Amino acid sequence: MIKSLFSASVAAAALLASPATAQTVAITGGKVVIGDGSAPIEGGTVVLRDGKVVAAGSGIAVPAGAQVVDASGRWVTPGLFAGFTRLGLVEVEAVNETNDASASRGEFSAAIDVTPAINPKVSAVAVNRAAGITRAVVAPIAPAAIFAGMGAVIDLGDDYNAVTKGRAFQFVELGETGSAKAGGSRASAFLEFRNALIEARALANGQRGLPAHPHDALLNRQDAAALVPVVNGEMRLLVHVERAADILNVLKLREEFPALKIVLVGVSEGWLVADQIAAAGIPVIASALNDLPSEFEKTAATQSNIGRMKRAGVTVAIGMINDSDAHKLHYSPQYAGNLVALQRVPGASGLSWDQAFAAISSGPAQALGIDAMLGSLKPGRAGDVVIWDGDPLELSSAPVAVMIDGVQQPLDNRQARLRDRYRTPQEGALPKAYDR
Amino acid sequence: MRYGYLAPLAAIAVVGCANTTSAEGPSSTSASGQKAEKVSFNENPYPSTYKPYPGQPTAIRNVTIFDGEGGQIDNGVVFFSDGKITAVGDASTPIPADITVIDGQGKFVTPGIIDIHSHLGDYPSPGVQAHSDGNEATSPVTADVWAEHSVWPQDPGFSRALANGGITSLQILPGSANLFGGRSVTLKNVPARTMQAMKFPDAPYGLKMACGENPKRVYGSRNQKPASRMGNLAVNRQTWARAAEYKARWDEYEKKGGTPPARDIGMDTLKGALEGKIQIHNHCYRADEMAIVIDMAKEFGYTVSTFHHAVESYKIADLLRENNICSAVWADWWGFKMESYDGIPENAAIIQNAGACTIIHSDDQDQIQRLNQEAAKALGDGRRMGFNISDATAISWLTYNPAKAMGVADRTGSLKPGKMADVVLWNANPLSVYARPEKVWVDGAMLYDANDPKRRPVSDFELGQPGEGDTK
Repeated sequence: MIKSLFSASVAAAALLASPATAQTVAITGGKVVIGDGSAPIEGGTVVLRDGKVVAAGSGIAVPAGAQVVDASGRWVTPGLFAGFTRLGLVEVEAVNETNDASASRGEFSAAIDVTPAINPKVSAVAVNRAAGITRAVVAPIAPAAIFAGMGAVIDLGDDYNAVTKGRAFQFVELGETGSAKAGGSRASAFLEFRNALIEARALANGQRGLPAHPHDALLNRQDAAALVPVVNGEMRLLVHVERAADILNVLKLREEFPALKIVLVGVSEGWLVADQIAAAGIPVIASALNDLPSEFEKTAATQSNIGRMKRAGVTVAIGMINDSDAHKLHYSPQYAGNLVALQRVPGASGLSWDQAFAAISSGPAQALGIDAMLGSLKPGRAGDVVIWDGDPLELSSAPVAVMIDGVQQPLDNRQARLRDRYRTPQEGALPKAYDR
Repeated sequence: MRYGYLAPLAAIAVVGCANTTSAEGPSSTSASGQKAEKVSFNENPYPSTYKPYPGQPTAIRNVTIFDGEGGQIDNGVVFFSDGKITAVGDASTPIPADITVIDGQGKFVTPGIIDIHSHLGDYPSPGVQAHSDGNEATSPVTADVWAEHSVWPQDPGFSRALANGGITSLQILPGSANLFGGRSVTLKNVPARTMQAMKFPDAPYGLKMACGENPKRVYGSRNQKPASRMGNLAVNRQTWARAAEYKARWDEYEKKGGTPPARDIGMDTLKGALEGKIQIHNHCYRADEMAIVIDMAKEFGYTVSTFHHAVESYKIADLLRENNICSAVWADWWGFKMESYDGIPENAAIIQNAGACTIIHSDDQDQIQRLNQEAAKALGDGRRMGFNISDATAISWLTYNPAKAMGVADRTGSLKPGKMADVVLWNANPLSVYARPEKVWVDGAMLYDANDPKRRPVSDFELGQPGEGDTK
């Protein structure tokens, strides 16, 4: 048994001597959070083997030959899963050459696949990795049409192999944004949506020798083909809507397209129709703290939205919908903490700590139907583990170690280098350019 | 610091001046016809009508106090009456028998939180085009516009800032499309029918200026000057040179009389800035640009109160300290535009550690609701790099420091006897993510109480809408 002790001050040093995934690692003594909504376990153990979680909890034996990491006094959690982002698509938002989130002048919409645009080396990946984010849902921004294209699930590992699951879902705008994309009305947006799915179905029929893609089709063949797995229910459809009436209209789409696997995104007024969302069994990736009528479609927005939906039985996750979605995914734990705080505000509905943490770990994985692979420390999940110096939802806390697929990750990044260079702003014997 | 810009001149419109000696006085004469009168202008034509709302004399005891100036008192007492702080001290502080006493066990008290950079009212919710009133983006120099003339008091954002953020005062600035964006206004965060009824009495005005990408992008894209950073500086310097001439003409007129100079509303503001009566609030991201602005200020004889956004202040914190300029910063915004690329979460802590004035601002309708949390993140990042910064110091970033930079620190921003009773009672340490305001007083009037739905303001816009009066 190899014992490796570590502390915050050596956080950046190698925690594991050699990060080979074939190793067995046991993280012992920490406050273990499984991430499935269960309560933290004091003095728990997490065992990883071949990059996956073997066991986590209390009373777990350390396997013979395992490398032991002492996490006494620390919190041990699954890596955070950023529920809705543009991570990896953007270096600098307002510098067009570095922003691949949207192709507003392109020819395609639903057929767009973000995978070739994902750059694991954008600065924001390393910055968010150091903040404990290990996975992210990455969605394109809708171009000139309501369909944005196909998004991916990525890991934030320090390598070029970022895409965990490409073509993980289709993303569509059906609220205020969708209305604008469809020429100026929601009626037009819903019609554009129905037409696209009808054309996709026709195309699928053609592939099976049935009546083929019509000659007067509005969608080009690529876009129509991309929607075939959506209409067949083989690919999830993430739908961005905010107002209650829009949400209900989306739920109704399944009358015409029964196979649709819908995930609602944004959903600021979800609490008004929470029972219907719950009854439809549709999961939600919601903005956590929207509480202003910043658009008319968010008139009833409240920070209690997620808490109320959760109480109604909706599966909820936190996402960063059009909210610092390329750079500051580390706001997710802060937002989750705010939902915990609401429990003590009379009249408000928040989440318990356990539920709040699940909303940024297993929640997004559940929404995308990949919670058997990712998002918690249950056996068989990817070995994404973060060891924290304190309560991960608290503002003063930070990771001391981050593992992705069982591989310990560097926590260094461009911001840390700037910080170190300018710890003392005055120049020394040589200009700052020589300090590194 | 000079606060006297408005107060002594408040009632002046066109007034006689007893000191006029020039034989070539203005053509107007007094009613008596004996002496020529000097032309002068009302410098406060949209005066504050704000009056503190009634409050109960109140003491909070057994509470942890952050006084706003870096002090912490455990198991302390805060006592306020008649809208003013009466006493702040330890457990032995006497409390009169006949007043409301709140037991603050486990709770915290801070001064009312102050946001030095907000666009509430000017860019209100809902953010529809018809409400877009924060940038007069028709010319790079619009020193003539006043942010107060755009403030919509019904913006629901004010009530969120009060209830969730404990905001009691805030500065509303014009946007940053222009080099000279116009005048700011400081408001008390009270619901009101008119802007004037929110206006912080006798607060000095500010002048919003902007460096960098925004002005050159907005005008460069129209093939107008400025299209570059050097163009920015050229227009800035030409404008200041004109302002200096304008001021000289008026100074000459004040001294010698004669024909009064033609009035220029924009130049009035720049003249006020050159006279030190109007505080300069300069949007500026990059360290090198801030250094150039510091020299420009010296060239024309004005001072910069605060660099706003200032994501690179950490690179020149020593220079900012030497020039006595505050930095109003976010905790961790970066990467949204080229000039924000080098933003780091330790910015505030490095500025503080270098001994320069540190302020956390929002520039955002959402983050104004949790400036305390933004400060907490910045504090945590500072401590992790080994800086010894107290909780109470971090609270000064949102209270005393912005009050000082806005020229109202003699009246609010800290819990000192005689100051406005702008007070927040938090249900936990405000530097924790789990804390929320429990009660907020503005000038001693309780305007928010988490336990009383009747003390939760609802703007006209939200009346009759789904979610009216909800906890938000």
